Amino acid sequence: MIPDLGKYAATVLSAYGASLVLLIGLVALSLRRGRKLRAEMEKIEQRMSRNG
Amino acid sequence: MTISTRLNALWEYANPRKFLALTERVLPALWVLTAVTLVGGLVWGFFFTPDDYKQGSTVKIIYIHVPSAFLATSVWFMMLVTSLVWLIRRHHVSALAARAAAPVGTVMTLIALITGAIWGQPMWGTWWEWDPRLTSFLVLFLFYLGYMALWEAIEDGDTAADLTSVLCLVGSVFAVLSRYAVYFWNQGLHQGASVLRAGAVSGTDTEEKVSNVYAYPLLLCLLGFGLLFVTLVFYRTGTEIRARRIKALMARERANG
Amino acid sequence: MIALLKRDLVLAFRAGGGFGLGLAFFLIVTVLVPFSVGPQSALLSSIAPGVLWLGALLACLLSLDRLLALDWEDGTLDLLATAPLPLESVVTMKALAHWLTTGLPLVLAAPVLGVLLNLPAPGFVWLVVSLLLGTPALSVVGTFGAALTVGLKRGGLLLSLLVLPLYVPTLIFGAEVARRGAAGMEVATPLLMLAGITAAAIALLPFASAAVLRVNLR
Repeated sequence: MIPDLGKYAATVLSAYGASLVLLIGLVALSLRRGRKLRAEMEKIEQRMSRNG
Repeated sequence: MTISTRLNALWEYANPRKFLALTERVLPALWVLTAVTLVGGLVWGFFFTPDDYKQGSTVKIIYIHVPSAFLATSVWFMMLVTSLVWLIRRHHVSALAARAAAPVGTVMTLIALITGAIWGQPMWGTWWEWDPRLTSFLVLFLFYLGYMALWEAIEDGDTAADLTSVLCLVGSVFAVLSRYAVYFWNQGLHQGASVLRAGAVSGTDTEEKVSNVYAYPLLLCLLGFGLLFVTLVFYRTGTEIRARRIKALMARERANG
Repeated sequence: MIALLKRDLVLAFRAGGGFGLGLAFFLIVTVLVPFSVGPQSALLSSIAPGVLWLGALLACLLSLDRLLALDWEDGTLDLLATAPLPLESVVTMKALAHWLTTGLPLVLAAPVLGVLLNLPAPGFVWLVVSLLLGTPALSVVGTFGAALTVGLKRGGLLLSLLVLPLYVPTLIFGAEVARRGAAGMEVATPLLMLAGITAAAIALLPFASAAVLRVNLR
């Protein structure tokens, strides 16, 4: 499955691993905050429209 | 359509509602496109390119290192432009887009630094070399940190937007100065370092030296990283707009009792 | 304008103004360096220019948060903003006062501390010259940082985070002048760069500082 990386396997894999962790972390944090605020805004807007 | 009407059409999206409506429509497609190009480019680069005769398999790091380094500087430039737009035309979306972009730029700078260090270990025999290129990225990273910290520290939204915009302008000048200074400084320190300034770390050298086998997947990765940035900034700017709206609504609620 | 400068200087000299604080900090940092790197005089003399520059820079940084904070707290800044004097000159005078009370004493103290660190004889002149040229830029840039963070409760640490990256070019060229001078090498290029940065900073940054201060006073 994984191509033969020779003696630099650890180097290449750690570079890819660290970068992917950072990228996925960035996307995940962005999505989490986005979802939370979207829900919060809808809640408040509903409450406001109910109260006039 | 003349250029000015086209530009006017662009300003339309500076309206937060219009911006949200637009991003709502294009974001799903953007996410898919980003995933396809990014995964495609990385898989192509990782699995289906030969090893370099000199650098062995470490050449595969280029598919992450070069795009992230390219974005690290481009993101700051985008923040500079949106800061200027905010200062001149007072469009809230512009200021919030700069805020939304900063963490993306920080992560890109960090990735470029980390992959550079990991790559440098077997190639140069050291994790860290005070090479001008590495050093100026480290300085850029500090600028990103300061910029984000200032946004976080200030309560009032418009004040924060004003102050961070000015910081971004002044910071840009000093970042360019630092880059220049750093090139001067390392040359002055040890001449021998020019041997270590391997062309392999710079995108331009690579494209001249490396055959198309590496260039095509690299271009795809550049596109993928670019799309990821656009997608994230659209999404995060939407989040910031909502955060601002929540604050405004809460204030109105309190005022009404 | 002169009155404002005089007032700032008098306040700085009076007790609690923190006039001697920067100097004392500079002294302590310099004294601590041999403890941390070892007492070999060859090593000390080779790192002396850099250590002295870094010490001066940190001492400068340390005194920045007092630069505008006191005037902000007692409302003097609000008065100054409505005064006929443009805010640009106010921040320039503030920076000048900061330099006279912090930068200049550091420049004068540096050769004395250079003796402690075994600075080579040709280095003294260039150390003083580079600090004399560089510290005004540190004060002006610091004023900008202080203006950015003046309204914040926990501004001190943030101020350092914002200002330190901005100090990079000045530090590089300034220390380069001192280092080359100490090694007996030609210093003209970094010296010109340092002078250029300082001149540009003095000419342009007060506008940014004043703009930022206006936002904060709004």
